[in-house]
Amino acid sequence: MKNRKRKTARVIPGFGLSLGITITMLGLIVIIPLCSLVIFSSQLSFQSFISTVTRPRVLCSYAVSFQTAFVAALIDAVMGIILAWVLVRYRFPGKEIMNGIIELPFALPTAVAGIALTHLTTTNGWVGSIFHRFGIRIAYTRVGITVALVFIGIPFVVRAVLEKIDIQYEEAAHVLGANSRQTIFKVIFPEILPALISGFTMSFARGLGEYGSVVFIAGNTPYETEIAPLMIMSELQEYDYASATSIALVMLLTAFMILFVNAVLQSRTSKIVSGIA
Amino acid sequence: MNIRKDSGSLKWILIGICAVFLTVMLILPLVYVLITAFEKGIHVFGTAVSDEYAVKAIFLTLKVTVITLIFNTIFGIFAAWCITRFQFRGKKVISTLIDLPLTVSPIIAGLIYVLTFGRQSALYPFLKSVGINIIFAVPGIVLATIFVTFPFVSREIIPVLTAQGTDEEEAAALMGAGGFTIFREITFPHIKWALLYGIVLCSARAMGEFGAVSVLSGHLRGKTNTMPLYIELLYQGYDFTGAFAVSAILVLMAVVILILRSKLEKKGKKEVD
Amino acid sequence: MVQQNKNYIELKNINKSFEKFQASKDINFGIEKGRLVALLGPSGSGKTTILRMIAGLENADSGEIVIDGKVVNDIPASQRRVGFVFQNYALFRYKTVYDNIAFGLKVNHWNKADIKKRVSELINLVNLNGLEKRYPNQLSGGQRQRVAFARALAPNPELLLLDEPFAAIDAKVRQELRSWLREMINKVGITSIFVTHDQDEAIEVADEIIITNKGRVEQIGSPREIYNTPRTAFVAEFMGHPTKINNISSFWGFTGLDASYHAVIRPENVSISKKTDKIRYEVTAEEGVVERVLFRGKELEIWVRIHGILLQGTRRAEEEPIREGEQVKVFIYRAYVYKEDGEVQIVVNQTIRAEESVII
Repeated sequence: MKNRKRKTARVIPGFGLSLGITITMLGLIVIIPLCSLVIFSSQLSFQSFISTVTRPRVLCSYAVSFQTAFVAALIDAVMGIILAWVLVRYRFPGKEIMNGIIELPFALPTAVAGIALTHLTTTNGWVGSIFHRFGIRIAYTRVGITVALVFIGIPFVVRAVLEKIDIQYEEAAHVLGANSRQTIFKVIFPEILPALISGFTMSFARGLGEYGSVVFIAGNTPYETEIAPLMIMSELQEYDYASATSIALVMLLTAFMILFVNAVLQSRTSKIVSGIA
Repeated sequence: MNIRKDSGSLKWILIGICAVFLTVMLILPLVYVLITAFEKGIHVFGTAVSDEYAVKAIFLTLKVTVITLIFNTIFGIFAAWCITRFQFRGKKVISTLIDLPLTVSPIIAGLIYVLTFGRQSALYPFLKSVGINIIFAVPGIVLATIFVTFPFVSREIIPVLTAQGTDEEEAAALMGAGGFTIFREITFPHIKWALLYGIVLCSARAMGEFGAVSVLSGHLRGKTNTMPLYIELLYQGYDFTGAFAVSAILVLMAVVILILRSKLEKKGKKEVD
Repeated sequence: MVQQNKNYIELKNINKSFEKFQASKDINFGIEKGRLVALLGPSGSGKTTILRMIAGLENADSGEIVIDGKVVNDIPASQRRVGFVFQNYALFRYKTVYDNIAFGLKVNHWNKADIKKRVSELINLVNLNGLEKRYPNQLSGGQRQRVAFARALAPNPELLLLDEPFAAIDAKVRQELRSWLREMINKVGITSIFVTHDQDEAIEVADEIIITNKGRVEQIGSPREIYNTPRTAFVAEFMGHPTKINNISSFWGFTGLDASYHAVIRPENVSISKKTDKIRYEVTAEEGVVERVLFRGKELEIWVRIHGILLQGTRRAEEEPIREGEQVKVFIYRAYVYKEDGEVQIVVNQTIRAEESVII
């Protein structure tokens, strides 16, 4: 200790202990399992990897997952911004309840949400029967999957946007004084855009991987309503770890890419914003 | 805050859209579960939830949740302390890794544990020789649950600690206070509501985790079935009343969690002012 | 010069970098026991880094810090017997005034009775009687500063360090607190160093000022020395709200100077008179046009343009008023003159010099 000069003095104690515990627990829970994924993947032959992930049924499952998650995230983005706006801007009876209920999807187990949504949207369910009259089927179709993913994703967008809009609206209201809707839109919207993108990304990424709520409502018809996580699950049930891992790798890479794009967008927009200010 | 009291039609249209959306998407499923659970009378509900396997599932879920909470709370506090109180190389990597489980599909979370501890793993012979079963057994369920809720506590604390800054801790350390004293006397009062909120969120997710647990559970009735898995089992067997009865317990817990959440949020905000 | 062994604190060849930014470059100075010293400089000049290194909140990359004859580089902050008042006070928000002050004593295992005695002593000293049970957010800025001061003093430190002690306080009470702090430190008799970017504050409060700029120490001296005889270009330009002039040789009374000299002129060295006034040094008075007149209470602040340069001067408020746009006579008594990176010389107006030599 005597002759060693640390670059930064650590006045607050507990660095070694907290870093040690953090890294140990992180290692146990995240790093080792991820490493074993990497090790296992490196043992896969490239040929069999390609042939697994290009099986028509697998490709279809990717398409279903991607399509439904994307549409759901879009709906969440639109509804999320309206909800956040309403919650910040208006006073009305029931606002408290609305505010509280939005995080229900975080609190409600996905399997419960899944079976409830399924029963509601079957052709003789409360909601499904209404739509059925117009010839629209929800449960056991891609529409159903989308509905489940909208449910799962909505709090991500609202949470992200609400934090931003709260401050922005307050400041803008002070600065502008005026209540010109256009000005507020021009000032506030660009400000909350990064948050909106980030909320969209989170709900999209979550939607791609979601299993519990979807598996009941999807019907799981091959080539039609089979999602990628379900493909992994069925490979696992047949103890075909190589195929399961191959399919999972593609999904993991997709998820990381989405998050990476988000990170790039975030840093760019924040640069633009700070450049103006 | 300056809330405009306009009663313009736009306001009511937007509120209406939100109300309809939330009612159909969120409230209706809740109500549906409760109604279905009780429609054949409280007696049927009672039998369904006091079924031997249902009780076992409930206890397993509680056990898994408590272990997860202890683990993730300890982790969350130390990780938050480490990340917000010190500057060091590799900090970004650590925080990225902490948040990683949020972006990994629960099924993949299950998969990586199967790969780590399953038959094809290098660890398997060792585990077998000492007689530890991890996958298709309770330890696997616990690990998977810890994984999917891993960042929940630390994510709630970190922003609070970042906003608070390190001055108070530095001042205390300068006076010669030890780490534990500083945490208990100085830091803890700042984070107590955020910590509790994180714990609430963590327990909600832990009780309800389905995908990851489903991969790692051997689906052994009465042994490795948590409540969500048991619900699936009943549902697949067309025992809808049973499935919704057990679901009703989870719905009630979700409602309690939501109420707690808004209480905690208000408390936290009040103390900041 | 101060003798080496008399210094209570000494910094020897201190260097410190944060990543690529060098915050301290070869810092050397010593402070005698019992002095109240100001570290003065613009923001980013490295003054707070010096303070934090003395406290042990940062480690120096190289060099030695000596307190009371001991090299303290490897002694942890908590054992350096240093009291530190943070810029925003860093009071414990969830502790009462009493518990804030008592904290340092509790963690050092004082017994209850002693803690009680010491805390009430300090509460008396800083005059916070009756506020013991309040929380920091129930106090005014000035009261918070006093709590922070008492808290830092509680464990009887040998050295008190204050980081911008007045930055978080309203301008109104700041003045009052300056003299209060000075009085308090004198009463306690503790060696103290405070950081400030406000020269008036440093001049008014400190016994000695250390001026920092870009990580270096520019000059050390008493407030009077620093103010009257700045030794570097930076100090000359920094002290006394001066106007910088690049063509000093074109001003009457300074015509003998080399054209490459820069100069600064302070407002108090500029006298402004009406055309009709009789003045003593008529010969080398300049003519200028008044651009702005600002009322500053006991005096007027007048901005005059001469040779294309806007010069600040003062005039007593009770004298005959001067209006904006008026032609005036301007006499510059003295200027601080220097070459780029060279020594600073005080140059007195030639007319005065001539007169003085006649008298002698």
